[in-house]
Amino acid sequence: MTTFPIERIRADFPILAEKIRGKDLVYLDNAASCQKPDIVIECMNHVYRHDYANIHRGVHTLSVRSTDKYEAAREKVRDFINAESSKEIIFVRGATEAINLIAQTYGKANIKAGDEILITAMEHHSNIVPWQMLCEQTEAVLRVAPMNQVGELLFDDFTQLLNEKTKLVAVVHMSNALGTINPVKDIIAAAHAKDIPVLLDGAQAIPHIPVDVQTLDCDFYVFSGHKLYGPSGIGVLYGKQAFLEAMPPYQGGGDMIRTVTFEKSTYAALPHKFEAGTPAIAEVIGLGAAIGYLNGIGMADIAAYEAELLTYATEQAKQIDGLKIIGEAKDKGAILSFTLGKIHPHDIGTMLDSLGIAIRAGHHCAMPVMEFYGVPATARASFAMYNTKQEIDVLMEGIKSLIKVFG
Amino acid sequence: MFEDLRDLYQEVIFDHNRNPRNFRVIEDADRKVEGFNPLCGDRLTLYLKMDGDRIADASFQGSGCAISTASVSLMTEIIKDKTEAEAEALFLTFHEMTTGKSEDIQLEAVGKLAVLAGVREYPARVKCATLAWHTLDAALKNQQEAVSTE
Repeated sequence: MTTFPIERIRADFPILAEKIRGKDLVYLDNAASCQKPDIVIECMNHVYRHDYANIHRGVHTLSVRSTDKYEAAREKVRDFINAESSKEIIFVRGATEAINLIAQTYGKANIKAGDEILITAMEHHSNIVPWQMLCEQTEAVLRVAPMNQVGELLFDDFTQLLNEKTKLVAVVHMSNALGTINPVKDIIAAAHAKDIPVLLDGAQAIPHIPVDVQTLDCDFYVFSGHKLYGPSGIGVLYGKQAFLEAMPPYQGGGDMIRTVTFEKSTYAALPHKFEAGTPAIAEVIGLGAAIGYLNGIGMADIAAYEAELLTYATEQAKQIDGLKIIGEAKDKGAILSFTLGKIHPHDIGTMLDSLGIAIRAGHHCAMPVMEFYGVPATARASFAMYNTKQEIDVLMEGIKSLIKVFG
Repeated sequence: MFEDLRDLYQEVIFDHNRNPRNFRVIEDADRKVEGFNPLCGDRLTLYLKMDGDRIADASFQGSGCAISTASVSLMTEIIKDKTEAEAEALFLTFHEMTTGKSEDIQLEAVGKLAVLAGVREYPARVKCATLAWHTLDAALKNQQEAVSTE
């Protein structure tokens, strides 16, 4: 930790110098969205000032320049998650769109009435609702593997739910509401033993944990750029080539076709088959810049630093009377969800905001998780590589003060 | 430490949050409507006992943040013995006061409710204050279905 270049990293994020209501910003809402380093902001600025044109079309210089940068970003993503081929990297709007894409292409083609889709009790709405929609369309059945009180998947129950009717397992890699990191290697092995493909929702995991899709052997992995210090409006769907080849296209339009006549159209090869229309060009290039930045620091070092932050925050939080941590899985990412007795999370959020501290208050798009714990909402501090122990001290002082005010 | 918030969290609000008034069920209520703020999970059930077009009794159950709890608690106090038309007029005045559309709201007209005027500076919290009143509005219009702030 002594070697982690925290001062340099903080200096790379201009927004961290912002004053909120006259106080230093303490940004602890990273699970909702991360801030952006200079290199990403400047990269996108540069694209629009010097390189921008539509991609995969014109023969003119700018189109070639934009296309090269766009495809170079795809290669950076491939390398970042160690996919075998850049054909397996599909750019979408975010993790949500990626899951919807899989549900409506792979799902519709392969999942029939009576078949089962298995998720867990700790999923984000984006890994629940697309499957419910698919189930409505196909009369398939959504099954939910339970978790225990600390927010860990009950693995035996999970494996018992795998059966010959299960056609897909869709599991969150790291829970946004609890911080739980699921035993995804074991999950994948158990599912593959029964020839069931596995989709991992990596929206939360990707900025915190080194991800290697070949080592994991997952069939699909999805994440959003904005949680990875990149722009919003861009995300990634990784799929094994054999799956993607077999899947029907998602949306029709330009850039995803080979030939079009009024009688019949043929589709472009991967990855373009799934990228209809003009994509988020500058955002893709910006995401590539964010990945380059993270590579310069190293995901393993980031994970180790954040683990220390979480340990410290958890120790401090446990010393506060009346604070209850929601989610205490043994394997956990840098998220601290909590309640303060009768003090509503929205009041906590407003009070901390007045001190310059940004946290999330609400159901975190995980209403079933809130129901499981019998709370309408929680307060959530979520940490990123640019946060410090000093900021955690500011948070804890704020919490202690607001408890006093509420009496 | 929270000086900036004094306009939002006045002592009256803390008082009503700690000790909500009319926090009970009216068994023979004439009107019963649920209000729900899906954004923050605030839920309340409003009960009205009518005497002709006059509100003879008002109460609520549910859970919410300090702003929404204080707002519904204050509301059940102030609407008691008001006619439906008077309560509806209060709803409109309260709505204008909290959404800040009118600069010259007569704070005297809303009495104690003026303590909630501060929410207009906090757009993210306006719905917390208005949930109770939207629920009342539905009850006055004799709607049965739950009210959502979305």
